[in-house]
Amino acid sequence: MIPAPVGYIRVDSTEAALAALGEHGDEAKILAGGQSLIPLMRFRLAAPSMLVDIAGITELSGISVVGDTVSIGAMTTHSALEHSGELAEACPLLAHVASVVGDPAIRHRGTLGGSLAHADPASDLPAAVLALGGTLVASGSNGSREIAATEFFTGFLESALGADEMLTGIKVPVSTGGWSYQKFNRRAQDWAIVGAMVAEGGAGVALVNMGATPLRASAVESALAGGASSVEAAASAAEGTEPSSDNNGDAAYRKHLAQVLTGRALRDAGME
Amino acid sequence: MTVTDNPTGGIIGQARLRKEDPALLTGEAKFMDDLVLPGALWVNCVRSPHAHATIDNIDTTAALAVEGVTAVYTGADLAEDWAGPLPCAWPVTDDMKSPDYWPVAQGKVCHVGDIVAVVVADSRYVAADGAEGVVVDYSLLPAVISIEDAESDQVVIHEGLGTNVSYEWPLIPDPEGVEAAFANATHHVTETYVHQRLIPAPMEPRGVAAVPAPHNGDMILYSSTQIPHILKVMAALTVGIPEHKMRVIAPAVGGGFGCKLGVYPEEILCLALAVRHGVPVRWTEGRTEAATATIQGRAQRQTIELAADENGKLLAVRATLLADMGAYFQLITPGVPLLGAFLFHGLYDVPLYSFTCKSVFTNLTPTDAYRGAGRPEATYAIERAMDVLALAVGVEPDEIRSLNFIPTEKFPYDSPAGLVFDSGDYQPALDRAKELINWEERRAEQAERQAAGSKMHLGLGISTYVEMCGLAPSRVLASLNYGAGGWESATVRILPTCKIQVVTGATPHGQGHETAWSMIVADRLGVDPDDVEVLHSDTAISPLGLDTYGSRSLSVGGTAIWMATERVVEKASLIAAHMLEANADDLELTNGVFNVKGTPGAEVPLAEVAFAAFTAHDLPEGLEPNLQAEVTWDPPNFTFPFGAHIALVEIDEETGEVEIIDYAAVDDCGNQVNPMIVEGQVHGGIVQGIGQALWEEAIYDEDGQCRSTNLGDYLVPSAAETIDMKLDYTVTPSPTNPLGVKGIGEAGTIASTPAVMNAVVDALRHLGVTEMAMPASPMRVRRSIENAQGGAV
Repeated sequence: MIPAPVGYIRVDSTEAALAALGEHGDEAKILAGGQSLIPLMRFRLAAPSMLVDIAGITELSGISVVGDTVSIGAMTTHSALEHSGELAEACPLLAHVASVVGDPAIRHRGTLGGSLAHADPASDLPAAVLALGGTLVASGSNGSREIAATEFFTGFLESALGADEMLTGIKVPVSTGGWSYQKFNRRAQDWAIVGAMVAEGGAGVALVNMGATPLRASAVESALAGGASSVEAAASAAEGTEPSSDNNGDAAYRKHLAQVLTGRALRDAGME
Repeated sequence: MTVTDNPTGGIIGQARLRKEDPALLTGEAKFMDDLVLPGALWVNCVRSPHAHATIDNIDTTAALAVEGVTAVYTGADLAEDWAGPLPCAWPVTDDMKSPDYWPVAQGKVCHVGDIVAVVVADSRYVAADGAEGVVVDYSLLPAVISIEDAESDQVVIHEGLGTNVSYEWPLIPDPEGVEAAFANATHHVTETYVHQRLIPAPMEPRGVAAVPAPHNGDMILYSSTQIPHILKVMAALTVGIPEHKMRVIAPAVGGGFGCKLGVYPEEILCLALAVRHGVPVRWTEGRTEAATATIQGRAQRQTIELAADENGKLLAVRATLLADMGAYFQLITPGVPLLGAFLFHGLYDVPLYSFTCKSVFTNLTPTDAYRGAGRPEATYAIERAMDVLALAVGVEPDEIRSLNFIPTEKFPYDSPAGLVFDSGDYQPALDRAKELINWEERRAEQAERQAAGSKMHLGLGISTYVEMCGLAPSRVLASLNYGAGGWESATVRILPTCKIQVVTGATPHGQGHETAWSMIVADRLGVDPDDVEVLHSDTAISPLGLDTYGSRSLSVGGTAIWMATERVVEKASLIAAHMLEANADDLELTNGVFNVKGTPGAEVPLAEVAFAAFTAHDLPEGLEPNLQAEVTWDPPNFTFPFGAHIALVEIDEETGEVEIIDYAAVDDCGNQVNPMIVEGQVHGGIVQGIGQALWEEAIYDEDGQCRSTNLGDYLVPSAAETIDMKLDYTVTPSPTNPLGVKGIGEAGTIASTPAVMNAVVDALRHLGVTEMAMPASPMRVRRSIENAQGGAV
């Protein structure tokens, strides 16, 4: 597959990246790990005229835990999340989810910020940040702002980021309560047909690939808050969802899977 | 011919590392796209996005305006460049209907991926940009997607043929006998199975470069092909380049599985464009492009009927196929079903047999050979149906098989389809496979789970198989209307310093011929296998050959190597006898030294003989200098490998997921030259066959659009999906060749698909599920359970 002609600049600071975005406007795309954007370009489904490569911005990589908050740079790779001892202690769900994304080659290139900014409902990490009640930090020409994960995913491959903004960091609360991720796919490296995520003993429940965006399973969360058992709560997992149909599953099968996997995730997270 | 159990100097039979692998693993090996060809023009093929349409207009203006685009050609522009349409080498019947297949479509397109124009540019990227600028106006025609619609002829794809039905090919030696057997049978099983289309997906897609030689008007065609020799003949005829002016080279080839056993439009196009432009012209296939531009495999609907007596002893087998040819014939498209036509009774002793195949055209990518080609299809039908018969009779699936195996004393066995099975001993393979899988314990565990109401169901599936390979005796091919022979050629040359050069016409594309051929020669000559160089894949070096497919290389090509080695030894022994002043009949060659039997000390090393043959200072009267021999071997029969595979699956009732948790395979390919290569072939074959059972499917919608055109949507299993398999072997040498070998390249693919599918049905039968289509995807399995239970569970 041959992409359309494209310009390329590599920047070494957030300011330089924002300046490039300002200069090229809608025609520019931030290139992070390239694990989603490059395939789209090779299929000619995306044809930006300018790529702004931010791999050289070293301050965007790293994991730090201060008090109750885990701060992660947008360019931190899945592999770094997967292998961080600090993250394994502070937020084991996120470390685990990173370890089941794609295959090792993808995990060494792909970044947390790239995955979130791409906003693919079939990706694992957006749902994890959603279940954890995370916050995303965006920088733009008017300074930086924080966006709650629940407000970030606005549509299929669409986010609350403005054209002149880039995602620079992610914050999630320290979370060591019962957790689970039940990813259902046909081959190890594939996207989830459906995934069910439980964070912090059921305080956050999120679904992968059950609609145009990653979703909080709010009916399940409410049921749990009201004292429902895992079986009772899981029965409402598909409520309000509008999953797509594809080669691997139609909408009805996905809804069925959402219930099964949510029940398994709740039990795996230690709930009766 | 006598069986040589181990004709050996101790090298044949060793599990030796492959000589090929260091270059392949370090990136040293050069594949098509690694070739550096200065000044080459690149081709991009503009392909039809529609399955069936007329071409109303092609506007190339914008494409020609792209900087770096040299030329754009439509089908009309190139119509005079062809000496004939693309070749089909297997007109299976005299009245077979065959459409013209042109490298670039003329007037209409017949499948998504059909080439409508080619852009020639100074780089691969510019050619792709140019292709974006070619505007084609189409008028859509109704697309014929299913074989049933094709058969109905409501829409005829190739108007000139008047029908979509290409041929009907019956093999019914005794029609009345078959009818009578079914009339008198206690048990009459009728099953219908569908083999979904498969995308071969070798690691390396195709690639081509045509390079005009600087002198003499010669042309070199590089192609990622399995068949440089056949390609040379066919391409010469199609483009009109004299064959002696053509040289075909297959560089390192990253797999084929049958899909590079073709003569493709892009090969012919690059040749014609290199003639036009006088410079090298090349093309590299993209992965997504390959999904519809390269042939697909399987694609047939089978009905199989078994007639059996009250004990389950088979009286007759009747198979009826409807096979999907796709839009056109590729090289051997029509013959693929025939490669299975003789084997729908499997390895069972059946007196009466009936086979009929009807083949139809559809608006889909052409089908052709895919690993096993016809034999996986046949094995699938009989092995699935045998489980149904076992159920009807009330016996275990292993019992129904044992009851019907061809008895060992009946070999060579005259099959009801007219073949002669060379050798076989089927029961020990099944016994050993049952032992490896712990059959009795697993059956007990399965029953325990069912009794406990577990939602994780166990299933056991057996597949016992025999295949015909070692393609092929030329006379038999003639009787099947195939357009070539089945021989193979070999040259063995002992160089002056006693290093050995071997030339083979069996062109490898990943199998390990260099290692195996070295071992055969080294074993006989008593030299180090590393002192044997195997030359191949270049028609200037290896002018005669019929290449690699159908598990033929060792039993046909390897035999030719063995025989050429014998001939060189015969000549060397004459020189050795002269040097020792002895009689050649009294000499033996052991560990690289000729010695006079029974006379210690009377010996001369092969190395000295080789040098004497080179200097030619003192040779026996009338003997030519040098040590080399060329042999062309035409096998007297096919070979018939066999075996027993058993799969153990676990099915998650709630999700429908099938997991293979244990797998045992006992294969018999006769004598083994390199057991490590055998093991690799079995591993890969099994996984490829499981791929058909559980994952792989070329999914088309009603418009003929392929919905599985990349490796994210077309699910080739990876290492993560495989398990440790329990492998073992029995050894029943073939009497048809001096090495006693049979072939193992396709066995795994033939055996594993029905083993897994039988296991899937076995796991769910107690829930009321009696049938499962392929691939057994989680959704399909889940739905089958829901339907069997009368709705959502």
